[in-house]
Amino acid sequence: MTTSITVEGLEVVFDRFRALKGVSLEVREGESYGLVGESGSGKSTLLRAITGLAPVASGTIIVNGKTLGKTRDKAFYRDVQMVFQDPYGSLHPRQTVDRLLQEPLAIHGIADGEKRIERALDEVGLGKGFRFRYAHQLSGGQRQRVAIARALILEPSILLLDEPTSALDASVQAEVLNLLEEVRRRRKLTFLMVSHDLAIITHMCERLMVMQNGQAVETLTASQLIGHRVSEDYTRNLLRASEGFVRV
Amino acid sequence: MSAETIQSRREWLLSDRPASRLQARLGRAYVAWRRFSANRLALVGMLIIIALLVVAAFADVLAPYSPTVGDLKNARLLPPGAAHWFGTDDLGRDIYSRIVYGARWTLYVVILVAIIAAPIGLLVGTIAGYAGGWTDTILMRITDIFLAFPKLVLALAFVAALGPGIENAVLAIAITSWPPYARIARAETLTVRNSDYIKAVQLMGASPFRIVLRHIMPLCISSLIIRVTLDMAGIILTAAGLGFLGLGAQPPLPEWGAMIASGRRFILDQWWVAAAPGAAILIVSLGFNLLGDGLRDALDPRSGDQ
Repeated sequence: MTTSITVEGLEVVFDRFRALKGVSLEVREGESYGLVGESGSGKSTLLRAITGLAPVASGTIIVNGKTLGKTRDKAFYRDVQMVFQDPYGSLHPRQTVDRLLQEPLAIHGIADGEKRIERALDEVGLGKGFRFRYAHQLSGGQRQRVAIARALILEPSILLLDEPTSALDASVQAEVLNLLEEVRRRRKLTFLMVSHDLAIITHMCERLMVMQNGQAVETLTASQLIGHRVSEDYTRNLLRASEGFVRV
Repeated sequence: MSAETIQSRREWLLSDRPASRLQARLGRAYVAWRRFSANRLALVGMLIIIALLVVAAFADVLAPYSPTVGDLKNARLLPPGAAHWFGTDDLGRDIYSRIVYGARWTLYVVILVAIIAAPIGLLVGTIAGYAGGWTDTILMRITDIFLAFPKLVLALAFVAALGPGIENAVLAIAITSWPPYARIARAETLTVRNSDYIKAVQLMGASPFRIVLRHIMPLCISSLIIRVTLDMAGIILTAAGLGFLGLGAQPPLPEWGAMIASGRRFILDQWWVAAAPGAAILIVSLGFNLLGDGLRDALDPRSGDQ
């Protein structure tokens, strides 16, 4: 199996704050890889560093065999796309769904726009009726579906998911997660998914990395996590916290 | 048209699931219009501006006399009456006709200034806000330098350098009025540049130029339109001020400010010579201000579900 994303000794520094302190990971092609940790542990920063949105101080990132430099070229964005956490903030308030989906096609000069937009909307379970709506005419779940359609329309091989369901309520969460699972299976995508919800990660991912304070704590498989076969105290605490309230 | 068809048209416009690009756009415009028309004063302002447009367009029909050639022998400084509604000036010209033709020059000044100043301000502001760093510092310090001068004084200096005349007055006003627009555009840009939807466009590989032009500018335009409309009154007054000082429109051009200036000499005995153009400036400025207020309520991106 070939590797899709390799990150080695990645450091990200904002002004003087070290958000990532030498993180390394390896995501295999077609795999779904999870990043878990509390708020501020640097999991989202890792995704943003891969896409070029966060300033990389040192370390290397290799995506599909290509080492990334300071800037990303258009070919990179056709390979790697991202879905943001907050569906209320990730859609332009003055653009219809149609415009939103057309934009990536226009940037990359893709000709069969009409067909692709219809196909993308079908794929995420939104019919034609949604094509000319504005973001404010959609519910949270529908917005996130549009965001997923936008990420998929360039037919990337890697999808970075930054807590894609944490802003949605429980029933909608399940729908969106199932949609993501389905899309991944159909398109043989590689997922790198951030979440603080262990249940979601164990459901979606085969392997995962636990992070704390910008460092990797340990790397586990989903079954190890389910069986509580973990070696670090921090992970154990995290597991205990995720079991929720216990009546005394 | 029956009540039912009106009803169904309204439903079509307000539809939650528009079937075409056009319907989505019209629906949006309709919602903005409903919010705008709920404000009575804004409608009054719009009526005043429409009246100004009509008067300017049909000046040849509406004016009974020539605006530039008067009857020096028989009609000097006549008070308002049936023959001359607003009286005549010192050269025997009908003031009503001059005001009607003056509407053209007022519109000419206002529209040209808006067309020149607003895009400059928008461009400078959005580029400064989006680029940040050195670009931002240099562009905004230039803006600050322009802002540091009193508007009329800077316009005076420009007109003095370029020579008097209405074209140069327009240019001078435009040069002095873009900095506030740049400030507004920059402030709006700063609030959206780090939002996820701009990040998402960056992640599609869009060039900075494309992001500024197609994604940031549309968000700045509504606050800019509001500000420009509110500034229109100020532009008219500055143009009138330059005309009054003899640096704007030159005689015999029927420009309102210049008309007040020429009426100044007999303001105590023949008050109507200065009062009529003064009232015209007042009404049009008021119209633009009311319209601007209404647009602010209708277009404000922070109000409701834009």
